[in-house]
Order: sequence, then C-alpha cells, then structure tokens
Amino acid sequence: MTTTTSPATATAPARPATPSTPAARVRKRLNSPAATIASILIAVLWTVPTFGLFISSLRPEDDIKTTGWWTVFGNPRFTLENYQEVLFGRSASSGQLASYFVNSLVITIPSVLFPLAFAALAAYALAWINFRGRDWVYIGVFALQIVPLQMALVPLLSFFSEGVSLGGVTLLPAWNLSDEEKFIQVWFAHTCFALPFAVFLLHNFVSQLPKDLMEAARVDGASHPKIFRSIVLPLIVPALAAFAIFQFLWVWNDLLVALIFAGGGNEVAPLTVRLAELAGTRGSEWQRLTSGAFVSIVVPLIVFLSLQRYFVRGLLAGGVKG
Amino acid sequence: MAVQSRRPRQALAIAGVLALALGATACSGESESGLDPDSPECAPYSSYQGHDGESVSIYASIRDKEADLLRESWSQFEDCTGIEIDYEGSGEFEAQLQVRVDGGNPPDIAFIPQPGLLARFAEAGKLKPMPADLKTIADANYPADWLRYATVGGQAYGTPLGANVKSFVWYSPKAFAEKGYQVPTTWGELIALSDKIAAAGQKPWCVGLESGEATGWPATDWIEDLVLRTQTPEFYDQWTTHGVPFNDPRVVNAVDEAGRILKNPKYVNGGYGDVKSLTTTAFQEGGLPILQGQCWLHRQANFYANYLPEGTKVGPDGDIYAFYLPTLDPSKGKPVLGGGEFTVAFTDTPAVQAVRRYLASGEYANARAKLGNWISPNNKLDVNNVTQEVDKLSMQVLLDKSAVFRFDGSDLMPAAVGAGTFWKGMVDWVNGKDTKSTLDFIEGSWPK
Repeated sequence: MTTTTSPATATAPARPATPSTPAARVRKRLNSPAATIASILIAVLWTVPTFGLFISSLRPEDDIKTTGWWTVFGNPRFTLENYQEVLFGRSASSGQLASYFVNSLVITIPSVLFPLAFAALAAYALAWINFRGRDWVYIGVFALQIVPLQMALVPLLSFFSEGVSLGGVTLLPAWNLSDEEKFIQVWFAHTCFALPFAVFLLHNFVSQLPKDLMEAARVDGASHPKIFRSIVLPLIVPALAAFAIFQFLWVWNDLLVALIFAGGGNEVAPLTVRLAELAGTRGSEWQRLTSGAFVSIVVPLIVFLSLQRYFVRGLLAGGVKG
Repeated sequence: MAVQSRRPRQALAIAGVLALALGATACSGESESGLDPDSPECAPYSSYQGHDGESVSIYASIRDKEADLLRESWSQFEDCTGIEIDYEGSGEFEAQLQVRVDGGNPPDIAFIPQPGLLARFAEAGKLKPMPADLKTIADANYPADWLRYATVGGQAYGTPLGANVKSFVWYSPKAFAEKGYQVPTTWGELIALSDKIAAAGQKPWCVGLESGEATGWPATDWIEDLVLRTQTPEFYDQWTTHGVPFNDPRVVNAVDEAGRILKNPKYVNGGYGDVKSLTTTAFQEGGLPILQGQCWLHRQANFYANYLPEGTKVGPDGDIYAFYLPTLDPSKGKPVLGGGEFTVAFTDTPAVQAVRRYLASGEYANARAKLGNWISPNNKLDVNNVTQEVDKLSMQVLLDKSAVFRFDGSDLMPAAVGAGTFWKGMVDWVNGKDTKSTLDFIEGSWPK
C-alpha cells in the first residue's frame, strides 16, 4: 500500500470510454486547446498584480513612491534594501520580520496539529464506534460550523481573562497568561475554531472506508486503537493533508485571532500583526509592505506546493458523500 | 507500508522545527538594565519609586517609529523605578480596545485620541477616575480647554499626552521671497494673495482628500476651521455635540466660505488639475507640488512634515514651512483646531498611578519632546526642547495667550457622522453637490 491509493479511486467506478454524462462532456470541452489558452490567459491576468508587487519589492524606496512598477522595464534599478530593512532592520520600527516569522511558525504548527489529531480521533469515533446519541453529536458538530468566529471572540477572551463562574460559583479560574504563555491562548482559539469543519471533513472521509476492511480487522482481533492506527490513519492521509493545508493557510494568514489573543507584543505576535503595522503610524512607510508581503508569502507557498497533490484529491473524496 | 515507515521521520522533523522555534523565542527576552535606583540620575524619579518588579501595560494607536520614541522616552523611568512598561501599538486600536474591554482583558493604560470614544468607556464605567494627586498635577500642567475633553459627567478621567495643530497653511518661504509675497495675517489678505497668484496664471492652492476608506477627512478639517473662524467657539461646541443642527444656516455659511477656496476652479488644484482631482489626490501627496513650485498654499496639520521627502528643509527660510491659518475677525481671539491623545486607565494599582503621574508631568513632556517629532499642551514643556521648526511654531500657536483651542470636531461627533457621513458628504460636496443638500444629508445621518 502506498500513499497514492485512496479510497476514492479504489471505490470509484471505471470511467466509460465515450462521454455520455453531462459532466463528462464538460470535461472533454475543458480539455480543448481553446480552453487551455483561456485558462493560461486568466492565470497570467491573475498573477500580474502579484508579479508587480514582487518587482516593486526589489525597487528603491523613491522609485516605489514616485512611479509604477511597470516603468522598471525602461529604467531598471533594483535593490535588496527593502528586504534587508524588513527582515533584519536594527531599530524596533524597521520590521524585524525575522523574529515575527518564528512567532508565526510557533503559532501555526501546533494550531494545525492539534485540530488534526482531535478531529481524526473524533471522526473515527463518530463513524465507526456505535454509541448512544452518536448522530446527535455529529449533527451538533455539523451545526457548529455556522457559528461565525467573530461571535465567539469576546466570550472566549473573557473565558481566558476572567474564567468561568456560574451564579457566583467559580467553575474555572482565570488563566492569567502573560508574555510567551499567550501562545496557549492562540492555539486554543485556533483549535476551537477549526474543529467543527475538521471533524466534518474527516468524518465524511472516514465513514466512506469499506466496511469489510473494519470487519476483517475486528475478526482478526484488532481493537479500536489498533484499527485507527493501522488501517484508518494510513488511508485518510489525503484528507489529513487537505485539511492541514487549509488550516495552515488560514492560521498563517490570520490577523483577527492573533490580534485579540496574542496581542501586538513582539514575544507572541505573528507576521500578519507586524505587517499590519509596518507602514507606520501615518502610513508613510508603505514601501516596506512590498517586501514584507513576500516574506510572509514564502512559507504558505512552500506548504501549498509540496502538499498540493493531496489537496484536490482530499477535498473531492471528502465531498462525495456530504 | 511506505506511509508508515515515513511518518516517524516527518514527526521528528516537525518536532525539531518546533523545538528550534520555541528555543529562539525563549532567547529573545529582554535583558534587565542595571541602573541604581539611588544614583543621581534617578533622583527625579524618586517620587515614582516603590513598585519595583511590577509591570504596566499600555495600548495605543501609535506604532512604528513613533512607538520607538515612546519606549525610549520612558526607558529611564523604567530603569529607575523598576516598573516595566509593556507598550503595544496597533492600527486596529479603536476596534481592538473595545473587544479587549468587553472580553475582560483591558490594558492598564490606553492613549485614546477620540474624546467621543473616551466618553463611551467612561459612561460604561470602565475607566478609572483620576486620583486626587493626579488631578492636581493635571490642573497645574494642562489648559482647561484640553482637560474638559477628558471630563465626563464632571469626573476627570484623563490627561492629554501628545498634540497636533491643524490650523496651518504650508507654503514655501523661498518662493514667497522670490515673488515678494507676504505671509497673510488676516482672512482678507489670504484671499487677496490667492487672487494675486491666480491672476499671475497659477493655481494657488493644492489639496489632497484621498485617504483610503477615510477619504474626505482633510475637507472636514477645513470646515471645522471655518466654523471656528466664522462663529464663536461656543457655537462650535454646540455644533459638535448636536446642540444646533448640523445643517444650521451658520454652518452653511462656513461651508460656503470654505467652498470659495476648495471649489474655486481658479484656486485649485495646483500641480494636479481641476476641482475634480481633489478627491483622487492622496492627502500625503497633497502639498508636495509646493516643493516643485506648482502650488503655493496647502492647509494641513503640523504632522504633514512627516510626509515630506527626506532632505527637505523645513523652516522659516527653508523649502517649506507653515503659517497659522488666519481668522476672519482677530478681535474674537485665535481659534486653534487640533487633536491629541488622552491617557486613561482601566486599572488603578499604585504602579499604574505612578506611570500616569509621570506621563502627566513636565519631566516626561520635556524628555519626550527632546527625542523629536512631538509636542504637547503641557505648559511645563520648554519650547527649546522641541526639535523641529514646525513643532516649535505649533507650540507657539498652542501657548498663545489669545489662542482658543478646540478639538477636531470629527473626533467629537458620533462615529457614524465623524468617521462616516461627514467624510462622505464632503467628497460629494467637492464633486459638485450643493452645500445645503450636503449638510441636510449629514444631519439626517446623525444617530437619534
């Protein structure tokens, strides 16, 4: 068994040779040269602003502020000064993105791993362990997806800073986190907000696994933990990867949750918080945003490109049943 | 089982990255500085001592370079008192402060630039009133004109910190000297000068109103300045608090007076085009044509100096400088439009009170001013400690005996108007809508 075997392809019916269904006809037309040219055109058009930003990030400050990036072709002048300034600038105001970069990693990696672990376990339990009220739990998790994140911010913040008390009885004390400990708040918040969707996505995937497989394992005497580790986990790797990319990009690009739960201090604030302030109190230093943006793009780009082959497959497989 | 054999290595790699990252952040902690609290350098701070090891968090909208200067300005205070000040600046300050207060996680101290927002927190009972000793310092150091903006229901909540002066017209002393133009001291002279420049075939004024979603705010400053100049300060107070309707005929009159410049195709927009170009010109770039000799006058606050290209000489004999926007009737005093932040507290531990006392003191004002790019209405602030020419001029204007200070009206009005329909209405007005229906529109949007 290798990573390329997924339940979706294993159970999918063989594709008919002639396009008979409407979907197949659409598929055929999308493969024509005209469609290819159109998609290349759209891709180029979509990339132009990013390309312009990239060119800008390499231009000297005065050029950025006075002329458009396209004038670079007539008058090429390039410098790495912007990157130098935002990454390693000495004064506290000049970026220091290098240290915020580390904060972003420290926030993002656990915020991806925690929901992934919890959701995989929950999805397995909801799909393959029979217990009373299982469907209600699943419906509850499903329904939680519609709660907007913004609604939960203030209650969650007061949960951390004031604890929980009911009718004067303290059920949970305040957490009283400070400085680096605030990472815990951010992990907690991101995990909470990610779980409903993660459970939903993985549940659809796990519940599709062939029943025979589970029964065979059980006949052989495998317990639930054993089945989960040896059979389920290897089979749902595409779905795990798909969710991991989703969650990684979401957390990496998140500003709102970080602003509220991490704050702007340089011990915990991620890149996005720093980027938002990079232009200065009066917005006069906006040339830094060009290189700052590229520094923050690098990691998501690497993650996406290295995991993208799982991405589409995992999403499609998860969506068949939902 | 290719998957299984690969997983431990991936896990190891991830764990390794995580450990590295955590290690790196752990090392970035600040080192403690070792100034002896009893040394002579620390003598001025003796009254704030006794809270060693405590920390006070401050939250404000000031960030980047200015935030560095703030931190530097109180670093000696920290060394001598042992109080650690955790400063945090954010561009999302106004919205975030509300969330933090609602979530039970407010900062100890906040610098609030909008008296309207300050009043809202005060009325909700979130702010701590000033203790008596701080009140004494505040009354001794700040003009009553300023303190009343941080007084809600007779209770004083905050002291002013930094300030800016908006009633300025930027011009080029060099170009004025070449052409033999005089700096106008009355409104009549200002209009006469504008006519003279226009007759010479140039557009005298340049204006930029574009500022992203806040487009139009520079025009609201124009209107406020002219309401102050055509009417009494008391009328201005009534207007900003809705004691008189927004579209009062006297306001219509003031807006029309501003329109004589802003909507006059002979006067604007130097260096950029016609009246239509006002709303598409970034406010940061509004006054730059002065440096190229394509424009002569640009009404903007003292902080406009920050947008000038590096190396520009600002001063009475330099490339660019400012003069006080003249008033129509000098006998009524000199109205000054401006803004600033107020220091308010959400907690009142002794350490927080010590920091507040220090921030309100003359020692702090002078220490901060020496670092540059800052003025304060603190009357203990020595003008000689103010570094930039235009800031010195601002201090003169603020401290002038006949000056009547009024806070920027759009920060006093409800946000729906002051940071909403007032801006939008001004954009429509500049683009051709008539004064009466513009003001009717804004009046209609005032929250009931």
